Amino acid sequence: MEFFFQNLINALQWGSFYALIALGYSMVYGVLMLFNFAHGDIFMVGAYIGFGVASALVGFSAMGALALPNWLILALTIIVSMFLTSFVGMIVERVGYRPLRNAPRASAAITGLMIGIILETGNLALLGARRVSFPSLIKSTTYDLGGVFVTNKKIMIVIVSLALMYALHRFVRKTKWGMAMRAMAFDFVVVPLMGVPINNVARMTFALGSALAAVAGIFFGVAYPVLDPYMGVLFGWKAFVAAILGGRGSILGACLAGFLLGFIEIFVPMIFPSTLRDLIAYSIILLILTFRPHGFFGEPYSARLRL
Amino acid sequence: MKKSLVLIVSCLIIGVLLLPFGCGEKVKPIKIGINAPMTGDIPKVGEGTKFAAQMWLEDIQASGGLEVGGKKYPVELVIEDNESKAESAVKANTKLITEDEVLAIVGPQSSKQAVPAGGVANNYQTPMISPWSTNPNTTKDRPYVFRGCFLDPFQGPVLANFIKEEFGYSKAAVLYDVASDYPKGLAEFFKQAWENLYGPGSVVAFESFTTKDADFSSQLTKINRSGAEVLFTPQYYNEVALIVQQAHELGWNKPIVGSDSWGSAETVKLCGKDCYGLFFSTHYAAAGATGATKAFIDRYNKKHGYIPDDVAALTWDSLRIVQEAIQSSGQLTGNVAKDRQSVRNALARIKEFDGITGKMTFTEEGDPIKCAVIVRISDKGEFEFYKSVCP
Repeated sequence: MEFFFQNLINALQWGSFYALIALGYSMVYGVLMLFNFAHGDIFMVGAYIGFGVASALVGFSAMGALALPNWLILALTIIVSMFLTSFVGMIVERVGYRPLRNAPRASAAITGLMIGIILETGNLALLGARRVSFPSLIKSTTYDLGGVFVTNKKIMIVIVSLALMYALHRFVRKTKWGMAMRAMAFDFVVVPLMGVPINNVARMTFALGSALAAVAGIFFGVAYPVLDPYMGVLFGWKAFVAAILGGRGSILGACLAGFLLGFIEIFVPMIFPSTLRDLIAYSIILLILTFRPHGFFGEPYSARLRL
Repeated sequence: MKKSLVLIVSCLIIGVLLLPFGCGEKVKPIKIGINAPMTGDIPKVGEGTKFAAQMWLEDIQASGGLEVGGKKYPVELVIEDNESKAESAVKANTKLITEDEVLAIVGPQSSKQAVPAGGVANNYQTPMISPWSTNPNTTKDRPYVFRGCFLDPFQGPVLANFIKEEFGYSKAAVLYDVASDYPKGLAEFFKQAWENLYGPGSVVAFESFTTKDADFSSQLTKINRSGAEVLFTPQYYNEVALIVQQAHELGWNKPIVGSDSWGSAETVKLCGKDCYGLFFSTHYAAAGATGATKAFIDRYNKKHGYIPDDVAALTWDSLRIVQEAIQSSGQLTGNVAKDRQSVRNALARIKEFDGITGKMTFTEEGDPIKCAVIVRISDKGEFEFYKSVCP
């Protein structure tokens, strides 16, 4: 039994990353009807920005310029990196997608791939190929709950991720900007004619998605403190799978599918040999998509996409 | 018509007159190819390779070139990045052999690249020596491929015996990357050696993941539950940090033992205090070195500001072996194919070599027999010599 709970906790943490990143894919698709394939790399950029901000704050703190407790450094790192990464997201939108808004969808998808490669290799050129180690801001404490080992990091990651997802849900449902996003998702052509500033909404969608990716990046650095410029590639693909599985453009779907993906990836090696993990995990997802080709909450017609 | 004929003839005459200056005056340099992971998963390995090779080149240049058959030849290094990928290593080797026309190749370092790249070198009949690749397949049935380190069929039992003697445990777990030749090979050799000691079923968990994975919680949870007393993980430095930290977070407080891939200067930097007190087997221990080994370490440290890891030391030794082979090949004809053949034969003739990573004796396959070292990561994060194990 504790074996099950141990895996459950591992899966919750692993799923949080997928969910946070899948949200970015889903929102952009919902509003602009395109997949931002650079999103996995924005996650990587977020992790590196977080690394930079955290290192700088730790440095200041060590010099005695401003003595901050570590939890405050982490909180500041998250907030500052969210802002900085959302700027990166807005630049990507302005440079990569806006000029191609009326171009064929395939061109926009290719743009995303290219921006992704530019971000990866740009990082490689800037910081070199060596791995960087994310500063350990919170001292890892392991609690033994009757055979189930939980760390303070895991609890923080899961709770903060869930809180952010809920905040996003409230934002989209209850604010004027959220309403604009939902309206755009409903009709891409007519809504701008009604006076909704399409460029601003697009920019904000990218900013929101990138900010969430930054949080995922920082948490990734906290949980797995080795960063490399290509960390976002495979991770981005898998989160993209989650976004599709959840139903394109659905926030709730992206969250649920992100966690489901985490659960499958953690629980499959429990039953089968770990060598076959991805083989079996992604066969299961393929099977789900065969029966629900539009994902959990997606609907056949794009006009009825729910955000 | 007449005019153009005059022009062609005069051009030919000038050409013939110039020919001796073009070829006779300048000595064709000896080119050595270096195939190393400058970027990709293990860039620190590439850096060590490059630095060691440059130090070797400095020595050659200081003595005015490499003397072969009474003639001094300048030496050039051609360094190619294999991005720590198998396919890029094959490409790099092909380029070095066919375009740069190198005489011999040093590298690639890890078996994942050295096994496929060795095939290319052998097909093109170009001598290649991999300093760090411990997988048997690198040199197996390949007369043109050599290596500078011991093999995994030796390293596996060394580690199994060490754990038995040091801790007296009888149940072991293994966690390795199934998509990479080196960890996969070594994991299997270790399992075999362990089962020779304690019988089938004594490796209670044999778990794997694939390259680029960052979360090992499900495998480690399984290992925790299996009742294993010791965890063996033959991974590279970037994964070691993640595996060790996650194991500790999941309540694992028993020893974790590693292999020579741990011996990078980066391991402790990335892993931190979690790795203190752990053991791994490797090719040499920097702390407490003497003689030529110490001279190399001091020179490297002075120049680059950190203690060279085993890759740098093995690269140095491999280049010295190549140097000895070139010098003992008698003379260079200038015909690359012929010279490669004679260098290969000279390499095969080397029976003993006294390197900075210890004395080695070469077998028929081109593999050295040499001692392994067990290193303990001290409480200051240094690689401390613990004991030496000889075949």
